[in-house]
Amino acid sequence: MNMLIDILSGVFLAGGAFFCLVGSIGLIRMPDFYTRMQAASVTETLGAGLMLIGLILHAGLTLVAAKLAIMGLLILLASPTSSHALAKAALMSGLKPLLGPRGSKKEVPPSKP
Amino acid sequence: MIRTLASALALYSIWLLLSGMFVPFLLAAGFCCAIAIKLFSRRLNAIAEETEVLELNWVKLVAYYPWLIKETVLAAWDVSKRILNPRLPISPALVEFAPSQKTDLGLVIHANSITLTPGTISVEVEHGRFLVHALTEEGALSLAGSEMDRRCAELEVV
Repeated sequence: MNMLIDILSGVFLAGGAFFCLVGSIGLIRMPDFYTRMQAASVTETLGAGLMLIGLILHAGLTLVAAKLAIMGLLILLASPTSSHALAKAALMSGLKPLLGPRGSKKEVPPSKP
Repeated sequence: MIRTLASALALYSIWLLLSGMFVPFLLAAGFCCAIAIKLFSRRLNAIAEETEVLELNWVKLVAYYPWLIKETVLAAWDVSKRILNPRLPISPALVEFAPSQKTDLGLVIHANSITLTPGTISVEVEHGRFLVHALTEEGALSLAGSEMDRRCAELEVV
């Protein structure tokens, strides 16, 4: 049983690490500020979420698990709020988002930061 | 008065949960801290006078979170596939639409849920007007009158 939980928590941790990596790759590949934020949100939802689940499984029914759950709740509430503040600040300071499908004539060049 | 005591008690229980050490000194220190924070915040008037009681349909909220997590996972998977696709198939869009929530709390929950879901970020939030940045055009077009909109409106107690 312990073995099973260890394996399960390892799977969740590896999954979380994978999505953190995907988010980081997206951060590099995306063309402008706003799309980069979209890529980063993969890290903060699936990446952090799976890792927290893995750690909670690892901790078992302890106070540590409760703290981890509180962290998860905090991420659920705080990370969208900060993303929203960041995006709003960027738009208000005049950073135009890149719009339209990639490579098409419709594509609007990104503005200077 | 009752509310002051209740929030001091809430602060104290968070202290207990985070400290996890039940020695007399720390128990007493936590209690003093909870009272002090309460007094300071009253003095700073940090907690506004007209603190709203969270009026929500709690039954619907309990059902809402699992649904939101499911949606978030699906959206994150979709965005991950786009990131790893060599052609990077994205078509960013800014879209404006009218959310159907009436209360501030409903609007905040809807906007937060939109931002939490990878692929969409709420940029401007006002009564009757959301400005959302989406990673794909499909994502942008599916926002107005979405299931999320309906579910958030159901959470409200008007």
